[in-house]
Amino acid sequence: MIHLQKLFGLLRQHGVILSGIILGVIVMTFPIPRLTDPQTRTITLDARQFEFAPHRIHINKGDRVIINFTASDVVHGFYLDGYGIQERVEPGVTKQIEIVAERTGKFRYRCSVSCGSLHPFMIGELVVGPNEPFWRAIAFVSVSVITLIAYQFFSKGTSYEHTTLGTSPA
Amino acid sequence: MIKSQRINVFQHVPFLRGILKSRLFQPVLTLTTLFFFTLAIVTGLFGTPVGNRNFGIVFVWIVWWGLLIILLVPFLGRLWCAACPIPVPGEWLQRRGIINRRQGRLSTLRWKFPKRLRNMWLQNFGFLGIAIFSAIILTRPEVSAWLLLGFSLIGIVLSILYENRVFCRYVCPVGGFIGLYSLMAPIEVRVADPQVCATHTPKDCIIGNEYAYGCPWMVFPGTLERNTYCGMCMECIKACPKNNVVINLRPVGSDLMVAKERRLDEAYKAFIMLACALLYSAVLLGPWGWLKQWANMDTLPHWLIYAGVFLLANLLLLPGLFTLTALLSRRWGGVQVPLRQLVTDYAYTLVPLGLTAWIAFSFSLVFTNGSYAFGVLSDPFGWGWNLFGTTESAWTPFGSSLIPFLQTGILTAGMLFAVNTAYKIAGQHTPNPRQALRGMLPVAGFITSITFVFLWLYLG
Ligand code: SF4
Ligand code: SF4
Ligand SMILES: [Cu+2]
Repeated sequence: MIHLQKLFGLLRQHGVILSGIILGVIVMTFPIPRLTDPQTRTITLDARQFEFAPHRIHINKGDRVIINFTASDVVHGFYLDGYGIQERVEPGVTKQIEIVAERTGKFRYRCSVSCGSLHPFMIGELVVGPNEPFWRAIAFVSVSVITLIAYQFFSKGTSYEHTTLGTSPA
Repeated sequence: MIKSQRINVFQHVPFLRGILKSRLFQPVLTLTTLFFFTLAIVTGLFGTPVGNRNFGIVFVWIVWWGLLIILLVPFLGRLWCAACPIPVPGEWLQRRGIINRRQGRLSTLRWKFPKRLRNMWLQNFGFLGIAIFSAIILTRPEVSAWLLLGFSLIGIVLSILYENRVFCRYVCPVGGFIGLYSLMAPIEVRVADPQVCATHTPKDCIIGNEYAYGCPWMVFPGTLERNTYCGMCMECIKACPKNNVVINLRPVGSDLMVAKERRLDEAYKAFIMLACALLYSAVLLGPWGWLKQWANMDTLPHWLIYAGVFLLANLLLLPGLFTLTALLSRRWGGVQVPLRQLVTDYAYTLVPLGLTAWIAFSFSLVFTNGSYAFGVLSDPFGWGWNLFGTTESAWTPFGSSLIPFLQTGILTAGMLFAVNTAYKIAGQHTPNPRQALRGMLPVAGFITSITFVFLWLYLG
């Protein structure tokens, strides 16, 4: 009898994990439709110690972006994560940088020319929407935590009669 | 039951005992780190003021920090403390020797360290005191060098006044969180058979003998149940005439379940470390220039506001929210545990969460700026030397497309471990699993919310 119960318990426990994994896979691969048509945008980006203005740029996947890059105090640089683009700009000069956003997500742009104490932390954010990696991460985390709690619910629900639970702290 | 989950490493790698028993073991480590430590101080004081071209900044805050939090602490716990150069001058003074065991007692004034300070509070406040200056310390070689030198000097003073490693155990701000996070490590120094210790009255491991000093961390290996205060110096392995002290492999995070040693000062360490991981991620890795300027003390009032909010978030906001969570947990779970104990107990769920959050933070910091290490290796002072021909190597961020995935992965792992720990801790409060599950739900909610905030900062 007890063995049968245990078997059912195991099935239920592993069923939970299995559905969690399936749900996780769905969440990670479910295609997100593109909401807007690609367009061309022109953006002015100014660098100064130790920030970019604007510090956050929102575009959509497929957009072509032309950045007019300036510096208003000292020499700064522009390095875009995931694109490998690198540019250097002196005050008073405008550099044009062109990007076609092929992938969604958040890509940081960083100053690439040593410009003072906080230079390594001079960071801006290019968000290519819809921000799939972020929402998928949120969904992934949610599915995993719900799966774990469901697992705990079923596991103790079935083995509870047979094992004494950890009442003693050690 | 507990024992069956341990693997005695000495049984499988017998020569390891020999290595650890050698009096050379620790000096080899500390002399190596002391060389780099001295170099970091000298380059910091006399080298270029440009942080990313100065060995002192790059090797301490990128290379050492990355190694410590991504590899050493998660895998080897406190082993760093055995290699740490900071307390070494003080310890040599006490021992009047570097390698060999000089007989007789330690040379100190033998003052008694105040009872009220024998906890983590000094370390908590010390860490915060440094954290509010972090933007300056991380970027100014000179400041950073004075800080390191200051640590060492305090270490020397304390070892003149008190016996043993009082600095490491009660004062060092780094030691505090290494100790807390070493609860997670998959290795431990423990006695193989506590029964042997119970009957062995000379207790060589405490008082020392001709081969080894008594435990410098003021720990008794015979009853050791957690990694937090064992500096893994291996003295007890050398001292024990019964060969009873061993190194074990064990399940990750085993120490989190040792209920009777949970304390509020440690809980606060967990709060502070988690809050600091959040704040650092926003200030240093975020896009908000004004915030960086405030942290960087562009004006004194700005910095005062910044420091005030920083301290408030650490000491009141996060602990306050967590207390509300614990209240809710008590209501839902219906357990009769005093609130203070409930908060303290559940705070240990933030150990895996905080550790993985720091790892996620450091992935970004280290992978992005790690390439500075090549430049400063060849030109530690930033004076135009070119020792290994790498001075001109360009700054190249590494794996920037990979980092978000690594961060999501490690944060998810930490979160799941934390939620599972919450359930087990709840199980220590009540034998009823349903009650435990209900009681743990608010804590799981808290943990998940914090994870979401990190994801938003890194990916959102
Ligand atoms: S010397 Fe060895 S056997 Fe004796 S109390 Fe210490 S660890 Fe135990
Ligand atoms: S318990 Fe042993 S290894 Fe740990 S600090 Fe003390 S002497 Fe060193
Ligand atoms: Cu710049």
